[in-house]
Amino acid sequence: MIQIRDLTLSFGDKPVLDRFSLDIPERGVTALSGPSGCGKTTLLRCIAGLESPQGGSVTGVSPARTAILFQEDRLLPWRTVEQHLTDVLPPQRREMVAPLLRLAQLEGERYARPASLSGGMGRRLALARCLALDADLYLLDEPFAGVDLSRARTIMDYLRQLDTPVVIASHEPEILSLAHNIIFFQGPPLKVV
Amino acid sequence: MTTSTISHNRLVRALLPPAFWLGAWQLGAMAIDAALGGHGNELLLPYPASVAAAFVSLAGTKEFWLTALLSLARILAGMTLGTLLGLALATLTSAFPLADAVLSPAIRVVRAAPVVSFILLVLLWVHRGWVPVVISAMMVLPVVWANLSRGIQETDPKLLELARAYRFSTGRTIRLIYAPCVRPYFLTALSTAMGLAWKSGIAAEVLCLPPLSVGREISNARLYLLVPELFAWTALVVALSLLLERLIARLLDRWKGGEA
Repeated sequence: MIQIRDLTLSFGDKPVLDRFSLDIPERGVTALSGPSGCGKTTLLRCIAGLESPQGGSVTGVSPARTAILFQEDRLLPWRTVEQHLTDVLPPQRREMVAPLLRLAQLEGERYARPASLSGGMGRRLALARCLALDADLYLLDEPFAGVDLSRARTIMDYLRQLDTPVVIASHEPEILSLAHNIIFFQGPPLKVV
Repeated sequence: MTTSTISHNRLVRALLPPAFWLGAWQLGAMAIDAALGGHGNELLLPYPASVAAAFVSLAGTKEFWLTALLSLARILAGMTLGTLLGLALATLTSAFPLADAVLSPAIRVVRAAPVVSFILLVLLWVHRGWVPVVISAMMVLPVVWANLSRGIQETDPKLLELARAYRFSTGRTIRLIYAPCVRPYFLTALSTAMGLAWKSGIAAEVLCLPPLSVGREISNARLYLLVPELFAWTALVVALSLLLERLIARLLDRWKGGEA
């Protein structure tokens, strides 16, 4: 179990997390849903160790063993689709390139650069790159923004079969319905509804 | 528009500027010639044909090419040294604010001080053959440092956060994030620095007179009032500078093409 206890974080005088606590199951896909700006992204960033909360703790996973998919694609314009994957895959896991390209349905775009990809393709590449990381927890912020539903379903099926826990922040009801657990939030400050 | 019309237009566009300026030069020389009653115009503004004749005559000697080659080597050595030092200092001042606080004022002083002061000062410290190298390096360093520092500062922080979150090593972060982001700033720096290296390097040669140097030949031409030769040596410097600038631009384009 990944335990979040009394997490507190403010930006200026605006509290985003106020003694926030939550348990995330060790297996399966957990979906976090709530209105935009309620604090889901900040929560994911705290778990990944990218924010320094003023108080509280996250136990059960090390930030160094988490993989986060950012809300923006953050692709490197000068790298090809394939290079985006090989850049993060350790040498012993290079055989993962083909399955990940298949999962993202980008096999035909192997040598393309981000500028020539559509918005949905770019998102799928960013997602495949995140999944290429060897991690104990995947934190996916809006992973299917701009991705059509049939492709999103295929990827959700894959995520559901992983041994590693996956946390998804999403608004889309179709995606939420495919998760093992759904947690609804409101805020800020972030609260479980 | 047909292909032949396009290539014809291109040819006209390429030839028009040099033809215009050669024409202006010829008219200027003729005007001075007329004003002086046909005497002494070679001292003030020689005809293009006289300069061309002087150039052809000089180019027929082995010394001319050896002189050009040695001056080129000095300028290139200075350019390389200045670029490497600029790169090292930009890395240092970007990584450590204290280093920036200490080094930035000194680099700014080098950039603002008159080059002649440095030439005369450096002449006291090193052999005169090395002065053009040191001076070129000193002029190139601040340009490379300023451009690279700006490039490093303007590297997308979101990509740097990605590199941290995805556990890129320092080497990989430099190769995959910093180098491509800094590249346009580096190209601009090289292009500006090349002109500066030539100007300052030749000025140093004129003042320090190292053997077998274009600067020494320019100085001699001035001393003996061989104005067509002075123009011919200057034309050589301009031609070499432009050639080198083109060569660097092409090499960098290829580098860019290979990476992009």
